[in-house]
Amino acid sequence: MMGFSRPQLVALAVMIAVIVAAPFAAYPVFLMKVMCFALFACAFNLLIGYVGLLSFGHAAYFGMGCYVSAYAAKSWGLSAELCVILGFATGAALGAVFGAIAIKRQGIYFSMITLALAQMVYFFATQAAFTGGEDGIQQVPRAPVLGFISMQNDLAIYALVAVVFLGGFLLIHRIIHSPFGQVLKAIRENEPRAISLGYRVNDYKLMAFVLSTGIAGAAGGLKSLVFGIATLTDVTWQASGEIVLTTLLGGLGTVFGPVIGAVIINTLEFYLAPFGSWVTVTQGVIFVACVMAFRRGVVGELGARIKVAL
Amino acid sequence: MLSILGYNAGPLLAQSILGLINGAFYALLSLGLAVIFGLLNIINFAHGALYMLGAVVSWVLLNHLGLGYWPSLLLAPLIVGAFGIVLERLFISKLYKLDHLYGLLLTFGIALIVEGLARNEFGSSGMSYAVPEALRGATRLGFMIMPTYRLWVVVASFVTCIATWFVLEKTSLGATLRAATENAALVQAFGVNVPRLITLTYGAGVALAALAGVMAAPVYSVNPGMGSNVIIVVFAVVVIGGMGSILGSILTGFGLGLIEGFTKFVYPQGSGVVVFVLMVIVLLLRPAGLFGKAA
Amino acid sequence: MELSRRALLGTTAAVATAAATGATTPARAQGKPVIKIGVLNDASGPYRDTGGKSSFICTQQAVEEFASHLNGYTVEVIYGDHQNKPDVGAGLARQWYDRDGVDMILDVPTSSVALAVAGVAKEKNKCHVNIGAATADLTGKACAPSIVHWSYDTYMLAKSTGGATVKAGGDTWFFITADYAFGQQLQRDTTSFVTAAHGKVLGAAPYPFPSTTDFSSFLLQAQGSGAKVLGLCNAGGDTVNSIKQAKEFGLEMKIAAMLMFITDVNALGLETAQGLRLTESFYWDLNDGTRAFTNRVKPKTPDNWPNMIHAGCYASTLHFLKAINKIGPTAAKAAGSNIVDAMKSIPTEDDCFGKGSIRQDGLALFPSYLFEVKKPSESKGKWDYYKTVVTTPAAEAWRPLSEGGCYFIKS
Repeated sequence: MMGFSRPQLVALAVMIAVIVAAPFAAYPVFLMKVMCFALFACAFNLLIGYVGLLSFGHAAYFGMGCYVSAYAAKSWGLSAELCVILGFATGAALGAVFGAIAIKRQGIYFSMITLALAQMVYFFATQAAFTGGEDGIQQVPRAPVLGFISMQNDLAIYALVAVVFLGGFLLIHRIIHSPFGQVLKAIRENEPRAISLGYRVNDYKLMAFVLSTGIAGAAGGLKSLVFGIATLTDVTWQASGEIVLTTLLGGLGTVFGPVIGAVIINTLEFYLAPFGSWVTVTQGVIFVACVMAFRRGVVGELGARIKVAL
Repeated sequence: MLSILGYNAGPLLAQSILGLINGAFYALLSLGLAVIFGLLNIINFAHGALYMLGAVVSWVLLNHLGLGYWPSLLLAPLIVGAFGIVLERLFISKLYKLDHLYGLLLTFGIALIVEGLARNEFGSSGMSYAVPEALRGATRLGFMIMPTYRLWVVVASFVTCIATWFVLEKTSLGATLRAATENAALVQAFGVNVPRLITLTYGAGVALAALAGVMAAPVYSVNPGMGSNVIIVVFAVVVIGGMGSILGSILTGFGLGLIEGFTKFVYPQGSGVVVFVLMVIVLLLRPAGLFGKAA
Repeated sequence: MELSRRALLGTTAAVATAAATGATTPARAQGKPVIKIGVLNDASGPYRDTGGKSSFICTQQAVEEFASHLNGYTVEVIYGDHQNKPDVGAGLARQWYDRDGVDMILDVPTSSVALAVAGVAKEKNKCHVNIGAATADLTGKACAPSIVHWSYDTYMLAKSTGGATVKAGGDTWFFITADYAFGQQLQRDTTSFVTAAHGKVLGAAPYPFPSTTDFSSFLLQAQGSGAKVLGLCNAGGDTVNSIKQAKEFGLEMKIAAMLMFITDVNALGLETAQGLRLTESFYWDLNDGTRAFTNRVKPKTPDNWPNMIHAGCYASTLHFLKAINKIGPTAAKAAGSNIVDAMKSIPTEDDCFGKGSIRQDGLALFPSYLFEVKKPSESKGKWDYYKTVVTTPAAEAWRPLSEGGCYFIKS
């Protein structure tokens, strides 16, 4: 069904059940943060896991999605769903321009160009009037959905975040399992052969890039509505590095990996935040452990152990 | 007064000299990075953290062992270099057969660990390190006052860069190294211990970063965050210069310092971003960088 | 295999739950309500000496001294690090108010973070007493009925340091400014006092914050401008580095550090800092009260003597507890504005700032002092750094109520 295997369907059902039950047991704002970053990681995974492109500047799209959504909610009074859509459009538009430049180069040069372009976005965010520079855009109202469903209650906005997250998650899954997705995987495995088969490889890469940055932008937009703030933190290169870590930890090219990665990383941050820089140290240790010992990530290793692709 | 493009020559000259000082650090750092990339094919993200470690080690040597700047100039690179050798043996050597990506991610992780530990130990507000007695004072140049220490930094960095270039390009050791990267098996067959050669190369590259750290301590003060501020810029320098090109990274390092200096003069806010604009332009026009050989 | 998958999800969900509900509420002593104060500042970054742990210590000092007067409740103080990031600060503030039962958030340096926390306090009508941030917007555009601003702001600094320097003959200025809200506002406020006193601003170099460590290029521009005064619109480590490098490059200008604390002077040393002029609203050696307070807290923070931020944390906590005594813990828990209304209705009195008051817009009014840093030969001992040059009385030191633009002040 929809390209899900039976075990994946079971896992999906469990995930939905957890999402429904969790806010009654845990602090909803924390759960919403996890879902925003999980969606961001899924978008990133679409690119690295299925096309083999390592973008080292994905925070630019997430962060600009944050800014534009926040601005739209605060200054134009747009409703929540339009803000998220605008976040998507921002990420996609930026991705279309940057992607067109970056996919001209391969491998490490691709990563370096995406990094350089993201640094320009960071600079823009520090200088442009609408981003509020170091202050960021603050006191963003939780805009009502469709203009009349209030989001003031944490559970109400939780429902919105859950719906967008699941929607994005299923969309990505759908993309991967479409004929389009098959071509992407062919490019990842053997680019010259895909070219010789007559595929216009760069068009496919760009399309995947734009979808990925668009979804990242939507995730950013969602985050700014939840927290009521959009700041420079989300456009730094460190934020780009963190999403690489999240995805790597969960499992590159797995369906549920980025979600599990986001749960683990955010939980660690939550626990370790009061203890100075141990967050950074732990993240470093995880990076090293992943690269040295389990390059398939948590979900990838688990799937290999039980011989199921998750 | 003489003027260039509407600006007075005096201030412009002063700014370019200041730019060269920053360029001296960029050159030293990107040199180490280029050596490591050129000979090991590893993108060493930990380079900034090891630069910081060089500065921190020299601070510790001074404040806990009473060893001043001059001993540190030798000891800190040795200590950090040894640390680098351990890293290479334990981790990096296991990754040579894999995609570049994994080397990058691994060293990124190492950078996070080193920086986080330093932050926990020393806080992030920075610790001052006095300029050594012999290099205090300043010279009046007419259009500016030049602190002796900064002059020393430029000269020392330039000499180190040229010496490294000479060793790699003009000596038989350098020739062996370069041959080993081209065809390790063949060089090994000639009786050269290639893995050890590679380990030592990594140690040497890291020692260069630590040397830059020691030299930076009196100028910028010692701060656990000093590495992550500079690493991205140095990456850009190496990419612009042509990855793996020794001469390219030296020239681009000094050149970038100059360009940043000018930017600080005409548009200070933009001084942090100019390098990335350059990088994108260069990569689009010359994919292999200014001095790199096309793949 | 499905089981293991489920088990895995089960564990991660459990971890997440534990993380999010992680118990921090201690057992309530004798069933009395607990009033909770959260000190939120920069614990490890560039402002850790100007605020940091010493702010927390001074807050606890106030609670200990007031312990015998507590009227039917107990007090608990917790401490958090906002890393100078607005989103971290806002997130923590939200969690403290929502989940951890914090009744007042104290200190919060760094203007951008302060504005974010103030936004949360306003949204939830919770009490926030700001000490460490400079932005005058906290009692202006960003004011709220549940917010108090204590110790200093950009207007007061600009008026005291800027105005006096022009009077003393420093009538042409060049600014080196940290390019973010705080630096820009400080530069704007200072400029208006300089021009009002018929001085002139010849130029400014806004530099990228926080990544700049080398100020030499901007110092040379300042020298080249021909201005007599260099105005430093930055703070903490940046100010210290700028002054050090100015010395290194033999800058021949008078330096006005627009925001500087005694802790920064200590970091620089008198040899480098001598002759600098700066403004604070507290100095440990000002009078008997300030000396008595300093002697009480000194043993707990021996390497970092109190500056106006630490003193502000102490004094405002005392005043906050007096207000709670007046209205009772139930009304205090009901709305932050209840507490702040009570704080405004009673005059302030403490060892650090003497007698004072809190104005309708939330601004605490005290005299401001322009200090000059002593020469090494004039200093008689540890931390003997300042001599008073000008005292501006409370009535003149601050921005007039009508000019702030606070929404609930009727003009």
